[in-house]
Amino acid sequence: MDKAIVLVSSLGLIGFIYWFFLGKREKTSEISTDIKITVSGGYSPESITIPVGKPVKITLIRTDPTDCLEEFVIPDLKIKKTLPLNTPVTIAVTVTSPGRYGFHCGMNMYHGQIIAR
Amino acid sequence: MAKSSPVSCLLNISGMHCASCAATISKVLRRTPGVSSANVNYATEKAQIKFDSTQITLEKISQIISSLGYSTTPEDKDRQINILFMKFIISAVFASLALWGSLPAISSTAPALLQSLYFQLVLATLVQFWVAWDFYRSTWNSLKHRAANMDTLIVLGTTVAYIYSAAVTFGLVRGEPYFDTGMTIIALIILGKWLEARAKGKTSEAIKKLIQLQPKTARVIRNGQEVDLPISEVQVGDQIRLRPGEKVPVDGKVVSGETSIDESMVTGESIPVYKHTGDLVIGGTINTSGAIILSATKVGSATMLAQIIKLVEQAQASRAPIQKLADVISGYFVPAVLMIAVATFAGWYISTGYLPAMLNAIAVLIIACPCALGLATPTALVVGTGLAAQKGILIKDAENLEIAYKVSHVVFDKTGTLTEGKPVVTDIVPSNQVTNNDLLRLAASLDANSEHPLASAIVAAGAKTALKSLPVTGFKNLAGRGVEGTISKIKYTLGTPSLFPSVPSDVARLEKQGKTVVVLAIGKKILGVIAIADTLRPTATDAISQLTRQKIGTSLITGDNPTTAAAIAKIAGITRFFAQVRPQDKAAAIKQLQSEGQIVAMVGDGINDAPALSAANIGIAMASGTDVAIEAAGITLVNKDLHSIPLALRLSRSTLRTIKTNLFWAFIYNVILIPAAAMGLLSPILAAGAMAFSSVSVVGNSLLLKRTRLS
Repeated sequence: MDKAIVLVSSLGLIGFIYWFFLGKREKTSEISTDIKITVSGGYSPESITIPVGKPVKITLIRTDPTDCLEEFVIPDLKIKKTLPLNTPVTIAVTVTSPGRYGFHCGMNMYHGQIIAR
Repeated sequence: MAKSSPVSCLLNISGMHCASCAATISKVLRRTPGVSSANVNYATEKAQIKFDSTQITLEKISQIISSLGYSTTPEDKDRQINILFMKFIISAVFASLALWGSLPAISSTAPALLQSLYFQLVLATLVQFWVAWDFYRSTWNSLKHRAANMDTLIVLGTTVAYIYSAAVTFGLVRGEPYFDTGMTIIALIILGKWLEARAKGKTSEAIKKLIQLQPKTARVIRNGQEVDLPISEVQVGDQIRLRPGEKVPVDGKVVSGETSIDESMVTGESIPVYKHTGDLVIGGTINTSGAIILSATKVGSATMLAQIIKLVEQAQASRAPIQKLADVISGYFVPAVLMIAVATFAGWYISTGYLPAMLNAIAVLIIACPCALGLATPTALVVGTGLAAQKGILIKDAENLEIAYKVSHVVFDKTGTLTEGKPVVTDIVPSNQVTNNDLLRLAASLDANSEHPLASAIVAAGAKTALKSLPVTGFKNLAGRGVEGTISKIKYTLGTPSLFPSVPSDVARLEKQGKTVVVLAIGKKILGVIAIADTLRPTATDAISQLTRQKIGTSLITGDNPTTAAAIAKIAGITRFFAQVRPQDKAAAIKQLQSEGQIVAMVGDGINDAPALSAANIGIAMASGTDVAIEAAGITLVNKDLHSIPLALRLSRSTLRTIKTNLFWAFIYNVILIPAAAMGLLSPILAAGAMAFSSVSVVGNSLLLKRTRLS
């Protein structure tokens, strides 16, 4: 009996893990040229929308001491910044073609994206 | 009006002696436009500042605080590393005590206190909730974003062991406690993090050195007075005095004096370079001998050093195509491991029982190492591109590094790349009617009005003899084939041998040596011939033989005739050449090589060769002047040393090889050890040891790149 319970709850748990981590809905945001991202256990907001061809200011502030989050990388824009704790770091970007530009931490464990429209 | 953009930040402030210091800083900051609030705490040496980023920058705020006599520092990396070490020692000591008190073989020798489960519970609680507290905080922060990281896996693994052991201690469950296991896992993971943090700091040493090269002040002459100005206030056109031993503050041109400048730190060029009036000097280099005055030509972000730093930083932030699979896996890694751990628990519970189920699920959680996958490429890239930059080789990005790894053929542009780019007179062969000097003087006088590069070589040679130039009348340019003019009522023709029906045999002999020959004549009567050649750079032959040893083919591409091209190729040791190629046709020659299956690197000056550089699989540009941002180039060489080309290719190969081994081990590690843990072949402690050293070994392997043979 207990084996059946373990089996069923394990399957349920696996389903829950899948839904919780991988079933996230993408949140869309308004186009903006002055964006603030809080870096704590990930990026808030995770998805930002910027206009194509216009200079955009992205200010990051890291409030989480996890060292993985110390580096911020947007590989396709060749941007890498060190984020000192509690100190805002501003990045100026101008994206020339529309599309999705992923960003992540130094070890590629936390992710987010810039949508250029 | 710009939208206000409030930002809050915490700054460390040092140099405060009493609470009134803190009050002063607060008062001054609050009066600063753009700052909405400032609270400085004397005891914690921190300032909490809220400001509007559209009105004031953090740098400006730091400057204001510095101007009051205090200094602001970002968080102290060394302190963090020290705290990690301290936490490792504490957890290691506690774990050893628990092991002594619980391992059957030795527990009888331990004091009764250590054998007490309640005492072990106290030790474990301290380790679990104080030493490992950061893991919990990081996990909680991540879960709020529905994300997970390595800390999540460690927290889950060790918390399960802790709760089970606590339950055993209080008699809620029957069995053996695992306090020692939990503490050992945490101690090993923290040891791994400590080693990794130290090693990671070392990977970016090269770029840190470049940044440190940037001078802070310059001695500027303003209104006849010498003033020391911060570097940010130096403007283009400022006259700067430089004494021996001082650092060149910005890029500039020498306006008086002469000296030798050590440029090794920026260009990798090991021998100091002689500089006199009119020569360019590079900011960040060291003036070794004389005192000079220079005029600033580039300041701020336009200087060569600033451009180099920017290029290297961009390269280090770029994505390597080889990393693609690792990137995809990283996105699913932690959730997948969590699912495998649950499945492991269920499988073992059903087949054996709850104890092996729990231990094996913990082993799965602990052994998984997403860090190694994430660190594999960036650490090697940072070491490789940094190392290259120190040698004056700027690799644009990881993609170009990957192409450089595959290069099988290097095409050299001749003029200015393989050669000095400055033609000089090499032979003067007069007929028996004139002397050497007469021939040169007549030719130099005729060419004085011509703008052809060969003409300037003759004029320069004439100037060296200190013979006065003769007045020329009736000067006429023969459309790229030569010139005509009258000197002392005699009409002379100076031009290519093809202008004359018959020429001396010297012409053919000199042309065979790859030299360009011009003939001076009165009508059809030949007065003599002058040979001009663009000499090979001193490093050309050796650099090409190095490439040949690296099994990389070489070609020469030039607008010269086949005879000249063949001669230069032969001297340089190049087997193949493309002659009489017009600049616009160079790209076609590259395409021909590519159609033969070659991966082609084209070496040129980056200005005239831009189409050929773009057509090649990778363009290598030799920067001229102080401009290093060359769009068409995948690799830019800051120095004129041709050895940089085999070195750049060698470094790219070693870097990519390191990336490949890193990725291979990171993959294999997880692919083999996660199933092994699931099958019950690994104890949680062994898993923690393996996990701790997997990311350290990746970073360590990247650091081994520093041992690449550079000379």
